[in-house]
Amino acid sequence: MTTGAPGADRAVSKVAKRPPAYSAAGVRRSLLASAPIFLVLLVLLIAIGVMNPRGFDAGYYVALLKRAAPLMVLAAGQLFVIVSGEFDLSVGSIVSAVVVGAALLTFGDPAATYPVMAVLLVFGIIVGLTNGFVTTKLRVPSFLATLGMLLVLQGGVAAWTAGAPRGSLHQEFRVFGREGVTGLPVIGELPYSVIILAAFGALLFWLLHRTNFGQQVFAVGGNARAASLAGISVARVRSGAFVLSAVSAIVAGILVAGFGGLSNRAGEGYEFQAISAVVLGGAVLGGGRGSVLTAMAGALTLSALFALLNFMGQPNAVRFVVQGLIIIGAVAYASYRLRQSGS
Amino acid sequence: MSAASARLAPSGLLAGARRRFAASSSAPVYVALGAMMVVSFVLIGPRFLGYDNVLSILQRSVALGLVAAGQTLAILVGSLDLSVAYVVSVTAVLASVVMQGNPEMMIPAVIVVLAVGGLIGLTNGLIITKLGVNAFIATLGMALILRGLLNATFDNFAGSVPREFQVLGYGNVGPVPYSVLLLGVVVAAVWFLLRHTRFGHHVYAVGGSEETARLSGVRSHRVIISAHVLCSVAAALAGLFIVSRLGAGAPWVGPDGGYDLESIAAVVVGGTALAGGRGGVFGTLAGVFILATLDNVFNLLQVDPFIKDTIRGIILISAVAVYALRLRGSR
Amino acid sequence: MNYGSLTWRLVALIATLALAVAACGPAGTASPGAGTAAPGTPAAGTPAAGTPAAGTPAAGTPAAGTESPGAGTGSSCEGAEPGPFFDQAECEEQLALRDVTPEGPDGQPWAQYLEPDFVDTADWAMDGEAKVCFSNAGVNNPWRVVGFETMNAEVDIQRDAGEISELVHVDAGGDDAKQIADIQDLVSGGDCDALIVSPNTTAALTPAVESACAADIPVIVFDRGVNTDCQVTFIKPIGGYAFGADAAEYIVSQLPEGGNVLALRILPGVDVLETRFSAAKAIFSQNNIELLAPSGEFTDGDPSKTKQIVSDYLARGDVDAIWMDAGATSLGAIEAFEDAGLEVPPITGEDQQDFLQKWSDDGLSAVAPTYPTYQWRTAIIATVMVLNGEQVPANWNLPQPLIDESNLAQYLQPDMPPLHYALCGCEEMPDFPERWQNVGQ
Repeated sequence: MTTGAPGADRAVSKVAKRPPAYSAAGVRRSLLASAPIFLVLLVLLIAIGVMNPRGFDAGYYVALLKRAAPLMVLAAGQLFVIVSGEFDLSVGSIVSAVVVGAALLTFGDPAATYPVMAVLLVFGIIVGLTNGFVTTKLRVPSFLATLGMLLVLQGGVAAWTAGAPRGSLHQEFRVFGREGVTGLPVIGELPYSVIILAAFGALLFWLLHRTNFGQQVFAVGGNARAASLAGISVARVRSGAFVLSAVSAIVAGILVAGFGGLSNRAGEGYEFQAISAVVLGGAVLGGGRGSVLTAMAGALTLSALFALLNFMGQPNAVRFVVQGLIIIGAVAYASYRLRQSGS
Repeated sequence: MSAASARLAPSGLLAGARRRFAASSSAPVYVALGAMMVVSFVLIGPRFLGYDNVLSILQRSVALGLVAAGQTLAILVGSLDLSVAYVVSVTAVLASVVMQGNPEMMIPAVIVVLAVGGLIGLTNGLIITKLGVNAFIATLGMALILRGLLNATFDNFAGSVPREFQVLGYGNVGPVPYSVLLLGVVVAAVWFLLRHTRFGHHVYAVGGSEETARLSGVRSHRVIISAHVLCSVAAALAGLFIVSRLGAGAPWVGPDGGYDLESIAAVVVGGTALAGGRGGVFGTLAGVFILATLDNVFNLLQVDPFIKDTIRGIILISAVAVYALRLRGSR
Repeated sequence: MNYGSLTWRLVALIATLALAVAACGPAGTASPGAGTAAPGTPAAGTPAAGTPAAGTPAAGTPAAGTESPGAGTGSSCEGAEPGPFFDQAECEEQLALRDVTPEGPDGQPWAQYLEPDFVDTADWAMDGEAKVCFSNAGVNNPWRVVGFETMNAEVDIQRDAGEISELVHVDAGGDDAKQIADIQDLVSGGDCDALIVSPNTTAALTPAVESACAADIPVIVFDRGVNTDCQVTFIKPIGGYAFGADAAEYIVSQLPEGGNVLALRILPGVDVLETRFSAAKAIFSQNNIELLAPSGEFTDGDPSKTKQIVSDYLARGDVDAIWMDAGATSLGAIEAFEDAGLEVPPITGEDQQDFLQKWSDDGLSAVAPTYPTYQWRTAIIATVMVLNGEQVPANWNLPQPLIDESNLAQYLQPDMPPLHYALCGCEEMPDFPERWQNVGQ
């Protein structure tokens, strides 16, 4: 559950006088209330065009999207977990495991690409189910359960590679993260990662906002006891959220492996970035509210912000300061709004 | 919780003590630590309990122990602190830069460093209470800010620490190293604070339920802020210890040691519930010892060091599961 | 809920942040001169009095290569910033060592030495098989992985010869504090006949090494150094100044009209890496080549982070050359150019198979200084020599070949894994190539 800190997230479950978050009106309201992120994103994209020595270069925007794709995929998955009222800290280490595992399992053999991807997907499902099991059946708070999983995976990756990455990734495997459909007008190349991102995002959007399961996720996050009394299997819903989060980490990992190549720290920090993106997009930590589109927009906003800082010549380190200020600002702001409107 | 168990009719001092022990939320970790010691002794032999080896385990525990002691306070009050690793880095670098190898600057450096630590804790506490930001995000944000500021200014070791100050990291008073003494003092202080002062009672009250505490007249915000200040000051002390070991501070010493997540792990393994209101600092200490012993045993047995992380993760999950199931069973 | 004010407030927040950050810009990008103990004073003060290096520019030819850099490369150690990681005399000395002929067994560079300063080790001689302890900074990069494998292969040879009973290996995982504790453990454990140390960072590990020396165990230090002389021998190839200079001289020769260079560094605080950079920086400043980042960009040895960093620079402008202090991330840098649709500029790397292969396949303008992994063999060989009472050089300088166009072909080994290092000195060892092909499986 949440880390029990005072503030907005406890207040969420107490605020009763609004449409249930899972009804159509609730979704629309949630989206509109989060609309600011889209405007912020637009402002940033314009600012980038202004600062870019090559001007409003369509190719650059596409490259930006390509670079942001893994984080956007991760944010969409993490959203499920956060809406259901939990945290998933293991996604970064899943990404690292995918990159390293793919290199070691394929060992540079192009023919092994698809079989290995299938194996990785199954691995993701197992990790998600384990997270779900530990959280629901062993009653370990998700923060700690997924932290434990992070350590287990990190250790596993380190033990498997004995410290430095081994094996290699063939171009065949990396094509998804690195290549695209070429020869297109205006943008030149439409990266495969963008296509994958759009497809996966659409799938997750449909799952959360258009299916029963999605409604149950909102219900469980809003008030788990009420949901359980209403006949929803809280354990199953939460496990499902963890599985989706883990699977999104696998997909993100494949994209990262493609884009960045072999590295045994490929996923470092992604879990915090994903949570930041989701928070930025307007979801409330503690559950019950959020949207796939805004979570992905939050991820893109973070990436765009970093790109802008790069154009401004700021050293890498400043990104951290800005990211820290932004997440504190975003949550403080959300909490302020909630206190104004609620209790 | 110890108050509750004291209400059980005590029949004899020893029986009462045993009952208190069994009801103590940290009992499992002491049992686990004891079991681990026994197993290690069997696997390694008498060398395991020799002076040198015990000293080695204790030395390995100091840095994490100091941070975890502070983290215990934060978690007891229902919050948590993810910025401790960077507080350690900031204080290590700051101490090193202020001292610049000059023994006369040692005291001013320590004062500055503790003040900065306190300030960071104060900021954390204010963001959480006054801005209403979830502790996870607040302290994560602080960690990112500290990281950015630190890395933008320093990318290498900076300044240096005089040999006199390195006595803290390497010197002994009799058979006991100064650093272990420091840890002992800090842990004892935290224990005393929690068990024998009003502030300690308030900490447990706020951690148990902030609403209820406030309704009973406890200034919950002040308690939370104070807990965060103390947590960061403890991390600052850890930074001072580390810089005395390394001779100079560098931006990576905090995160390299994994103090943020490991301190939370140690606290939780020690029996303090993440939701707050239950637990204590001795349990945390036992948790820290378990982790340090693991390190030591792995070295002595020549076990693949990379499995250590995996084992740590499993220990963390098992420990919390045991506590959670125990709680469910006792209701 | 007033969406209008909401939106504007968020926009205002972002804008304010951006402005604040921009306002701190010039200060933010200030070169971390605070990083070194001495403030970054320009080194114009170093007198140019007939330093030996002044004679070496034409002879700046690396030991194994033939091409001399173009005229006017003036490679000396002048123009470098003073600091804990720059020693003018040592810099000159290393650059000169590049041209010295090694002594020792032919065809076995790992057992050769340059200008040896022998010391007696009769005091350490012992009978029977030795238990050798090794405190390793870590095996957290591919260079160390290959090195450690080679070391183990050498231990096997020595075990068969009855010299060593076992190697006790403790891995510090790249953490100074842990390595200090590890060394204390090994020393107090009481039964090491010899202690080999590969320190994580120089200054931090010095007290621990000194305490090991004081415990009356022969200490052999290799790879990265420490600030003490108490060890029996310190083994390393010629060194960082030579490595950095080889690479920098090549770049200077490729940019006759000046230009800029992006220096990529794996990590700070390690003497052998810092010296590479300080030598390169000196040479660039003598030749009007602009360093895009005054203290280089740190990549943590991670190829994908390297790629991100290079892409960021490419988005902002041109990059005329890439200088790297180690080759493990070279592919990441190369890919950044490829992804941006740009030609790969002159680039320096190291003797990793994937870099050499790419260089050969794509006809890149490149050069690969080496920091041979065969030194991991030397550490064991030296230990055995010490425990047999044979003389060893107190400062054991190993040959440090440079790979360039002329000898690339002989170092290319397409059958070996991409992260294999050509200078492992392992070709004649038992189980070659399988043992090194399966490293990690």
